[in-house]
Amino acid sequence: MFEKALKGNNYYWMWLAFLGFFIAVAAVCYLRQYFYGLGLTGMTRDVSWGIYISQFTFLVGVAAGGVMLVLPYYIHNFKAFGKITILGEFLAIASLLMCMMFIMADLGQPLRGLNVLFYPTPHSMLFWDMCVLWGYLLLNALCGWVILTAERKQVHPPKWIYFFVYLSIPFAFSIHTVTAMLYCGLPGRHFWLSAIVAPRFLASAFAAGPALIVVMALILKRVANFDAGKQAIDKMVTIITYAAIANMFFVGLEFFVGFYSDIPGHKHTLQYLFFGLEHHGHVYNNLVPFMWGFVVLFLVGIALITHPRTRRENDLWLGLGCASIFLAFWLDKGIGFVLGGFVPTPTEEIVEYYPTFNEIFITIGVWAAGFFILTILYKIAIGVEHEIEA
Amino acid sequence: MDTNRRNFLKVAGLSTLAGLGGTAVVDRLVTGAGMAQASTEAGHGAEHAAPAKAGANRYGMVIDIKKFYQDPSLGEKAIHACHQVHNVPNFQDKRDEIKWIWMTKFENAFPEKPNLYRDEATATNTLPILCNHCDNPPCVRACPTKATFRYEDGIIGMDYHRCIGCRFCMAACPYGSRSFNWRDPRPFIAHVNQDYPSRTRGVVEKCNFCVELVQAGKLPACVEAVSDSKALVFGNLNDPNSEIRKILKEAHTIQRNPSLGTLPSVFYIV
Repeated sequence: MFEKALKGNNYYWMWLAFLGFFIAVAAVCYLRQYFYGLGLTGMTRDVSWGIYISQFTFLVGVAAGGVMLVLPYYIHNFKAFGKITILGEFLAIASLLMCMMFIMADLGQPLRGLNVLFYPTPHSMLFWDMCVLWGYLLLNALCGWVILTAERKQVHPPKWIYFFVYLSIPFAFSIHTVTAMLYCGLPGRHFWLSAIVAPRFLASAFAAGPALIVVMALILKRVANFDAGKQAIDKMVTIITYAAIANMFFVGLEFFVGFYSDIPGHKHTLQYLFFGLEHHGHVYNNLVPFMWGFVVLFLVGIALITHPRTRRENDLWLGLGCASIFLAFWLDKGIGFVLGGFVPTPTEEIVEYYPTFNEIFITIGVWAAGFFILTILYKIAIGVEHEIEA
Repeated sequence: MDTNRRNFLKVAGLSTLAGLGGTAVVDRLVTGAGMAQASTEAGHGAEHAAPAKAGANRYGMVIDIKKFYQDPSLGEKAIHACHQVHNVPNFQDKRDEIKWIWMTKFENAFPEKPNLYRDEATATNTLPILCNHCDNPPCVRACPTKATFRYEDGIIGMDYHRCIGCRFCMAACPYGSRSFNWRDPRPFIAHVNQDYPSRTRGVVEKCNFCVELVQAGKLPACVEAVSDSKALVFGNLNDPNSEIRKILKEAHTIQRNPSLGTLPSVFYIV
């Protein structure tokens, strides 16, 4: 089926070349980082994870978000999703590959990565994260490919594949739960040490993932003559709405616990993220604009995707609404959550993190690589779709 | 007869089991009596206090804060000795910083003990902090490759050749004791000590309680450097007759953030 990715119009190739440019820049930047060390990033011994790990965390959510199509279709037999579950599965593959690239970019000794396999350590959450991420990647690749092949031959998919389809559903939940457990099981990091981290991650994932799929579906409708169907889009928007509100509810609960209990440790990071944290006469607030951006974009997005006129009558507004939600939760989880957790340090000092250009270009390059893979996968899926119709 | 036999077997079996379990409990109690219960003041986490093995050493350190307040040069001496022995690089840029033992204020070492009306000496002076060599170390739990591990004598060590540089241990350490080699450290080591490896870029490192010296029967470098003052005392917490246990018996000591249940092996005389 790969041959479908090799035929396309000029725009297709221009888009791939555009992404390829950023990938090439990132490759050069990565080589620089590889030979110098992670000192080329803005990370320090106090903020020891930066945008690589925060992107990884966010993208695990995007990958898990695909299950919001798979679950209604296969468990509840919601037929309208039939045409687009493949979009969810392929988005999961691209997101997981981005996750792995971000992990590799973040490792101080990438060539030793296999040590995680050679010395399996069940008491480390990172070990389990590796297991579920690889598991979910393989499941999605397998299910996506087998079902698409069957579709192309216009036969029913083989029965055995359903075992893996159903297995992929708990796996989707597990990848983001285990990713949350990387953070919420660490003593002494008050902001992360919260039982609501995993549910919050899942809620924002189930909004951000489908939001991206809606945006993709709307774009594909214009550029690839692929219509996901009104009913499918509408149902997805409903899912996004509830999941997004659930995420905001959980964020609100964090605020309540911190500020009503008034325990300094529980408030510090929230203060730092949203209002700026005063320490020895200096106010540290470099993440404040991002967090208010998150709140504002959420409000804009939720208004656009719930108001009947913008939701049902105009694809552009709907797309913008979903993009706002996606971007809002990227700011929340892909910036604020991970970086904020390091402030203040265990010795109650404040060190702010600013990514370097080298680091930012690598990050952009990994995103570009993800969209490159996604474009090719979607091209194949839609190629098959058109072949059947013809 | 059958029932009798069955009953006999039941009783015999049960008593054997009880005997086995019972002796285990007794053994545990006997050995436990001599062990330092490095438990927390609040009693949280005492259930984690299970000592490694009967008769095993468990190394710990007592830091006399007052002596460091009185003589600030002690801190410099300890740091210098440590960083010299372990080829710890000296970076000019603070973002690259690597430290095994360093001086900090009380409020930074003990942020869980805030006090609006601190005495002047505590507010202005500095004291040394280092890896706590916890009995229940979160870093060891987090490491995905066992590159950081607990020796049988309680020292938390690092395998610089296995570490993949994921820095999960740095996020997990509630004391900020760990540093990362953001770049090649070798050009920044003034005098290389050939008896201890220098590190490569991309791995985590921290105080190792001078495990290479201790296991050869010597004292840690920092303790040796300030030995005249007795400001740092190192010893076996599991030996009730050791010097460190005598000090712990006499002086009121505190540990850094003990409520986390990590059971630090470093004690401070305030």
